[in-house]
Amino acid sequence: MMISQIFILSSKGDHLIYKDFRGESSSDVVTTFYQKITALTGDQPPVVMSHKDLHFIHVRHGGLYWVATTTGDSSPFTIIDFLNRLSSLVRDFCGGLSEKSVQMNFALIYELLDEVLDYGYIQTTSSDVLKNFIQTEAVSSKPFSLFDLSNIGLFGAETQQSKVAPSSAATRPIQTSREQGGKQEIFVDVVERLTVVIGSNGVVMKADVEGEVRVKCYMPSCSEIRIGLNEELSIGKSQLRGYGSSVRVDECSFHQSVKLDEFDNHRILRLCPSQGEQTVMQYRLSDELPSAPPFRLFPTVERDGGGRLLMYLKLRCDLPPKSCAINVCTSVSVPKGSLSLSQELSSPDQSSELNQQSRAITWRIPRFSGGTQLSALFKVEVPGLGPSSMMEVGPVCLTFELPKFTSTGLQVRFLRLTPLQPGPSQRWVRYTTHSDSYTIRI
Amino acid sequence: MPYLCGEETVKELRRCLSNPHVQADPLRYRNTILRVIRAMSQGVDVSGLFSEMVKACATVDIVQKKLVYLFLCSYAALNPELSLLVINTLRKDCQDTNPMVRSLALRNMTNLRLPSLVEYVEQPLTAGLKDRAASVRRVAVLGWAKLHNLQPTSEIGVVSLPVFPWYSLIVSVHIYSSSTNASFMVHPDATVVNELYNLLRDPDPVVMVNCLRALEEILKEEGGVAINKPITHHLLNRLKECDIWGQCEVLRILQRYQPQSEDELFDILSLLDSSLVSPHPPVMAATLSLFLSLCSGLPAVSLAALERVCGPLLAACGSGSREMRFTALCHIQLLLRSVPGLMGAHYKRFFCGYAEPAYIKQRKMQVLVELVNDENVIMLLDELKGYCTDVNTDTAQAAISAIGRIGRSYSDKCFVILTGLLGLKQDHITSAVVQTMRDLVWVCPQCSDTVCSALEGCEETLQDVQGRQALLWLLGVYGERISSAPYTLEVFIDGVRSEASLGVKMELLTAAMRLFLCRPAEMQDMLGRLLHYFIEEETDMCVQDQALLYYRLLRCGTEETRKVLQGRRSDPSLGVLIGRPAEPVSQWACSFNTLEPLTVSAVETEPSSRGSPEHTKPKTDLSETLNYSQNENLYSDSPGRCSESSTNVLASSFVAPLSLSLSPAVSPEEFERLWLQQQTLHTEQGAEKKEETDDSVWVKESIQCSTIPHCSPQSLQAAMQLVNIQTLAFTPPNTLPWRVYLYTHTQHMSSAEMSYNNSLILGELLYTGGSGGEPSTAEGEDGHVTKELEGTAEMGGWGNGKKEQVKVTLKQQPRDDESLRGFLSILTTVLHTLSSERG
Repeated sequence: MMISQIFILSSKGDHLIYKDFRGESSSDVVTTFYQKITALTGDQPPVVMSHKDLHFIHVRHGGLYWVATTTGDSSPFTIIDFLNRLSSLVRDFCGGLSEKSVQMNFALIYELLDEVLDYGYIQTTSSDVLKNFIQTEAVSSKPFSLFDLSNIGLFGAETQQSKVAPSSAATRPIQTSREQGGKQEIFVDVVERLTVVIGSNGVVMKADVEGEVRVKCYMPSCSEIRIGLNEELSIGKSQLRGYGSSVRVDECSFHQSVKLDEFDNHRILRLCPSQGEQTVMQYRLSDELPSAPPFRLFPTVERDGGGRLLMYLKLRCDLPPKSCAINVCTSVSVPKGSLSLSQELSSPDQSSELNQQSRAITWRIPRFSGGTQLSALFKVEVPGLGPSSMMEVGPVCLTFELPKFTSTGLQVRFLRLTPLQPGPSQRWVRYTTHSDSYTIRI
Repeated sequence: MPYLCGEETVKELRRCLSNPHVQADPLRYRNTILRVIRAMSQGVDVSGLFSEMVKACATVDIVQKKLVYLFLCSYAALNPELSLLVINTLRKDCQDTNPMVRSLALRNMTNLRLPSLVEYVEQPLTAGLKDRAASVRRVAVLGWAKLHNLQPTSEIGVVSLPVFPWYSLIVSVHIYSSSTNASFMVHPDATVVNELYNLLRDPDPVVMVNCLRALEEILKEEGGVAINKPITHHLLNRLKECDIWGQCEVLRILQRYQPQSEDELFDILSLLDSSLVSPHPPVMAATLSLFLSLCSGLPAVSLAALERVCGPLLAACGSGSREMRFTALCHIQLLLRSVPGLMGAHYKRFFCGYAEPAYIKQRKMQVLVELVNDENVIMLLDELKGYCTDVNTDTAQAAISAIGRIGRSYSDKCFVILTGLLGLKQDHITSAVVQTMRDLVWVCPQCSDTVCSALEGCEETLQDVQGRQALLWLLGVYGERISSAPYTLEVFIDGVRSEASLGVKMELLTAAMRLFLCRPAEMQDMLGRLLHYFIEEETDMCVQDQALLYYRLLRCGTEETRKVLQGRRSDPSLGVLIGRPAEPVSQWACSFNTLEPLTVSAVETEPSSRGSPEHTKPKTDLSETLNYSQNENLYSDSPGRCSESSTNVLASSFVAPLSLSLSPAVSPEEFERLWLQQQTLHTEQGAEKKEETDDSVWVKESIQCSTIPHCSPQSLQAAMQLVNIQTLAFTPPNTLPWRVYLYTHTQHMSSAEMSYNNSLILGELLYTGGSGGEPSTAEGEDGHVTKELEGTAEMGGWGNGKKEQVKVTLKQQPRDDESLRGFLSILTTVLHTLSSERG
């Protein structure tokens, strides 16, 4: 149960980092791995691959391959979790996760690997411990500037909000010195992923929310924070708190460092965050969303006499009027052999295109306000369009981001630091919901 | 991709490193070293810079030290003699006041992996075990493991050394060190091991876990670290101090412990309960592994643990990391092997996301197939139908075959979807549908009419080899019901010259032969042409031989040919199996939380969908008839209580030899017809006599056997087949009411007339749950033998308080009381043997 080697490859196969912990096999394995990964066909599960008696396990983050080689009896859960953790450590310490940042900070990453693993055994992955050992200073690919106030939200999306932390705020190394612009900051992000399936009759067949409360801390001397959630938050099916619209989740779990003594009565999480990012709470809600799913589709699909497919799509955004969805991308599957597309869209900032490779029309809407409705008419040229080809039309899949919105309604009531920090400190609370898979059948 | 201009780079770097100006400027010096490391990790061979780098080692700059050590450790094996120069610096660093420097030096000293340095390393390592700083102790503990693993290879290291001025010196050092090693192995090694055992009490949890790891490696030959009761409880008590990685390691090692009593076992289990539902998948998985190994003798506890772990596993299935999702899915498949309906209520969690990669979608579909039940089948098929038109052809085909698997239990709904898909006229979809239909018809022959009508016109869209093979097989076997079959075959036969695939040719030949047997007029000419071509012009030996064989066979006459070619159209042993049988947890417990579930690509019980089903499912027919008296011998060595009880039941049946046989086979439809027709009559008219009309009897009986309903259908089926009783259909184990349908033919020599009496027996085993049989209702009308045997009297001795009865309803046609009694006793014996095996 140990890791023999760790290496990081770029998507093009460049060797970025290679460290051998046990001296049991040579560095040729890196090339072997890349040959294997490029030779894979679509349906092969690439997570574990074997070469002789060596096993490669890899995950992908930031467009890079993070690979561990190990023996057959290792726990896949442990190694995959470790690789994920390693990549988030690298992100915390280097300030970002990309080929460039890994290349520029390779000395730091080697230092990190040296402390994290010894003889292939995981020693520690706590950033609080590690920061004492890491001596190299991170090189930021983009120097952080205080005046970088471009209005970009958490996931690089544009928002028109005035008081929003700049996106680069949370992508900087945790060990920046004050002169470099290191601020006393703490970010609490409530991030939800939405999975919805709506049947062709408009009935919601499945609606799941997976949510996380993440804390990203840039305070070297933060002793304790208290995060107050909605007081009426109820957990499980039976429990109901307060009156009126309660906020409910089915199940939730907490990071082991979270103290829950005030949670039962006041829904307060207490913890001493370590530097860098950590997920303090994960929760899930299945099937009973407190509000209607954010998008409804009213499609009309027919064939015209000339073998053309006519699709009239009316898309309604059911968010509250103050909220909006951004970067909405609607993709509609069309029959095989579709040749060309002509479209009528309701405003010039929208766009659409036909991708023959993936057999889909994508309709992009940069911004979609709550309570409004957009429509589009697509005419697709499909030679040999038959009645059964209509089976191939649909489903419609949407990807989007909903800034400042949580679909469970979970909110952070307050965020308190104890003891009060000397000097200026900034606390940020951010909400976002994005689509994991949002499917509407036609 | 290694740099191509490596040599130039190395030359340039050497110039820089040996430049005194660079050496004088710490920043430039460090930057040059950084460039060396960068080149190294890009795959450039920079081993030539070893001597320059050794010099760079003597510095106070800790970052530079780390970089140089990284370099040295990578290339030390190539330059063992130069590495000796580093050891002094390292040993000096081990005395440093800064614990970080000490641990760094100690770690790299052991990472050099040079057997020649062992003697220099031992002393600092011994000191390191007692260091004040935990970080140094952590390194020292693992250092001993590294050192230990260096020993066996020390000899090889000497031999492979290049000729070198210091050679003699190193050899002498070696002889010295290996002689000390020899004594070290016996004596000081023991002290180290003792010391490591003592350090299990170290206040630092990582030191403790590292001790376990080091002991595992050092004591590998003796089977790893010894785990006794005090150590176990010490480790369990300190479990919460460790981080998740440490917890996983401890949990893994604890698998070796055997609790001394049941109380102790349950104490341990309750201590671990919170880890079982840990939000960290690694801890959850390691705990479940431990649970399963501790409870290997307690299946009920294992099953409870599986249910408990559902929540965290499902959460891992929705994890943001797709690799983690995949791992969780693969492990859920393992769980489902033992508890088929485990996550039935959560089936929606396995719906595929739009953007998920194909390998996750396919696993999810495999899980969905396992979770199908009466309530969700509509939703589930609706969802799967959506995947059939996926852009990814593999996903689409996987979805179609998933629908086919569901079709074994819900054939009507599935055939609607499958036939609808044929309308798309896309080659990959049509091919998958035809293959699926072929596999389905092999299992459920009652669907053959639907399949036959759907096949018309398929051949135009079929492109790939597997699809055409499947079509040809279907045409051959069901050709008499497909009116266009000869014309379709004609197209194939006309195009045979351009046919490239061997498999298609073979299948075509067999199909043409089969069709000829049932439609000779249409086929004769075509078959003649085909045989002629294959025998005269075909270059492939296999095809040619096969054609010759068929040709000669035909010369023996059509009847002979028919005997050879008209094989089985379906596999009766599969019957109408609903779902998969539950396997015991022990079948897969050892592969849980290893890489195995992730690399095994498909569900094993799925018959391969390539080639004809007859070829893929070879069924070894045991001896067709088994004599009854042999059966007695067979079971005579089973526990006494069983044979005893069986002799009690069949006290009167030893009159004449009775043999059971499976042929002629009864198809499920036929069974259903015979069974229902009689039953309706039976229930409508109540106890009036009517059986005389077709000379059949109904018998009801109760057999006492507690565990049969929990028995896996496969073992039941195997046991029944051993005595030539064919089971036709099961409900899954542990469901209520639990039913099994079976049949056999009896052949019994009548003592009076010296002639054989044959009869067919159809039967149903029913278990409704709970204990206590029905009040005995003896309806002893003539011709209608209804018995209610309260078997409790005979069997009171063995049942451990459980009085569970399986109701047996039998129908015999024509009536033959003697053989019926004989059959009943065989059945009772089989059931008892099975339940005693389980108990």
